[in-house]
Amino acid sequence: MKMVKSTLAVLTTAAVLGVSGFAQAGATLDAVKKKGFVQCGISDGLPGFSYADAKGNYLGIDVDVCRAVAAAVFGDASKVKYSPLTAKERFTALQSGEVDMLSRNTTWTSSRDAAMGLNFTGVTYYDGQGFLVNKKLGVSSAKELDGATVCIQAGTTTELNLADYFRANGLKYTPITYDTSDESAKSLESGRCDVLTSDQSQLYAQRIKLAAPDDYVVLPEVISKEPLGPAVRQGDEEWFDIVRWSLLAQLNAEELGITSANVEEMAKSTKNPDVARLLGAEGDFGKDLKLPKDWAVKIIKQVGNYGEIFDRNVGAGSELKIERGLNALWNKGGLQYAPPVR
Amino acid sequence: MRAAMQNPATISRPRASVWTDPQVRGWLFQIIAVIAVVAIGWYLFHNTQHNLAQRGIISGFGFLDQSAGFGISQHLIDYTESDSYGRVFVIGLLNTLLVSAIGIVLATILGFILGVARLSPNWLISKLATVYIETFRNIPPLLQIFFWYFAVFLPLPGPRQSLNLGDTFFLSNRGLNMPSPNMAEGFWPFLIAVVVALVAVWVLARWALRRFEATGRSFPTLITSLVLIVALPGLAMLVFGDPFHWTVPELKGFNYRGGWVLIPELMALTLALTVYTAAFIAENVRSGIQAVSHGQTEAARSLGLPAGKTLRLVIIPQALRVIIPPLTSQYLNLAKNSSLAAGIGYPDMVSLFAGTTLNQTGQAIEAIAITMSVYLAISISISILMNWYNKRIALIER
Repeated sequence: MKMVKSTLAVLTTAAVLGVSGFAQAGATLDAVKKKGFVQCGISDGLPGFSYADAKGNYLGIDVDVCRAVAAAVFGDASKVKYSPLTAKERFTALQSGEVDMLSRNTTWTSSRDAAMGLNFTGVTYYDGQGFLVNKKLGVSSAKELDGATVCIQAGTTTELNLADYFRANGLKYTPITYDTSDESAKSLESGRCDVLTSDQSQLYAQRIKLAAPDDYVVLPEVISKEPLGPAVRQGDEEWFDIVRWSLLAQLNAEELGITSANVEEMAKSTKNPDVARLLGAEGDFGKDLKLPKDWAVKIIKQVGNYGEIFDRNVGAGSELKIERGLNALWNKGGLQYAPPVR
Repeated sequence: MRAAMQNPATISRPRASVWTDPQVRGWLFQIIAVIAVVAIGWYLFHNTQHNLAQRGIISGFGFLDQSAGFGISQHLIDYTESDSYGRVFVIGLLNTLLVSAIGIVLATILGFILGVARLSPNWLISKLATVYIETFRNIPPLLQIFFWYFAVFLPLPGPRQSLNLGDTFFLSNRGLNMPSPNMAEGFWPFLIAVVVALVAVWVLARWALRRFEATGRSFPTLITSLVLIVALPGLAMLVFGDPFHWTVPELKGFNYRGGWVLIPELMALTLALTVYTAAFIAENVRSGIQAVSHGQTEAARSLGLPAGKTLRLVIIPQALRVIIPPLTSQYLNLAKNSSLAAGIGYPDMVSLFAGTTLNQTGQAIEAIAITMSVYLAISISISILMNWYNKRIALIER
């Protein structure tokens, strides 16, 4: 089924690239405004990042990134339509114009940025690849995994890092490559493989989906840098800027202490010029981005600042309880840093 | 049309104009059609190239030489992560061909047995065959693959509790581990003995057939052949020693080391495709046999041929003429259905090349084009082979 979908995506790409006119700046924003919603590519089900709740609403960090863009463009965070994509399908879906933006825990690498016609707009989550094993194996370090059978998801940087890590450490392994994260989790549970490897955030997320999460443990080694972020098509800088600054506005908001609860209050009464510029009380920086004056107010009011999103989806306020770590703001010991609005 | 043209009455009639000449018009329209097709093709190709360049997507086949960098669970030829995408393609192709070949052989055997069984006068056998056929040909193949993989092979015990068959074969959810042969001192004499035996059998069979046709005396070819095939290599083994050392798999760390392993993905895929396709082949076989008129059986029996020989010498050769063409389609289906492998993580060509390689390089158009043309080539090869066979067995009208 997945094959059919991805093949379709590829054929659409071929067709679109074959017949369509040439891409130009501003085309995406105009098209999005005309159809009235943002078409956003998300993952095929990953707690904390993008998954559907019991009522069918999509939730997660990746979903909130899409909602922030919709809030900035339309002033309404709900004007998003989602396309769940497997790892294999995601780039073709973006290249072919099937989605306007990709927000699907995707690692930013040089080849994806340069050779695939994509542009990454920023980093929503600093991640690294880890290993999930059954406690019964009695393994406490990835170095003890010589000869192990490893489950992975096809078409990810994970596949490449895994090979590099085992080769560098002189270890042998057998990879079993599945299309979806669900299949690899099922395979780990059945014992077809000894280890599941993926980005650490995903491992925590997949662990809570297992029948007996407590039987499994995430090993301490982090074997790669995985900066996850949204991507757009190359060649439309205007749309690129909008997606980039939707995220940066949320980071700036957290740094300035603006939350969804106090944003409207602060927009009216602030004396801090940084806050005033971000929220459109001073100057009109939204206009430069071809957005309304109060674009940042709408984002923060409806979606929240970066800290709120993190806590609600993967942090202390969620089932995953992942620490901020690298994802704390730069002035709190992390890496998240946003250029100023001015 | 040509007949009309050659009609002297038509030719002698004076032509009104060049445009009304059917031959000129025919050529004209064909030339216009060809130009249009070429122009559209050229436009699509050129525009795709331009758009790819415009969007900064790299195109071309240079990626085939780049190092792949990922691991593969089953490779019939040597492979390391630093090998190229080109080699990944070959590995995927071989894995696809492996599944297709095993599947075609097994499905043909099973299908013939079932097809004959369905026509059996024994009520139980024919009903069992009917139930089998009606069940398996009416369930989509992907679901059958999932069934064999997730419901049959994955729930098998882990390697430490694997089912042990005589300390040489081990069946677990990691697959079927078996001993692998390595060349020993007696290998070459053994191989030569096998070849000699096969040649002898061939010569013997030809001689027996010629004698039978000339004199009508039959010769126990089958038994003599079996004796030859067993005795000659056996003698070589006695004289020169074992042809193989066997490496028996050993449980070490997480898994078995040494020996060969049939991975569960391969077993599930092969089984599912065999079981599915055999149901269709059984129906082809049944229709083929039923197409041979009953009078043929009666004639053979009245000549004194026993039931087995009637089937082998009279019915099957005639039935094959009806069976082969649809059988070809079933072989093609099986080869194409093997692309469902991606669903269970078997590293076939679609999963490795149109999947992982496509995704790591981003070169969708090239990867899909290559994959499609290879499937086309596989299918056409099967077709050519089967058509050749079909011609050979076709009825020679006298």
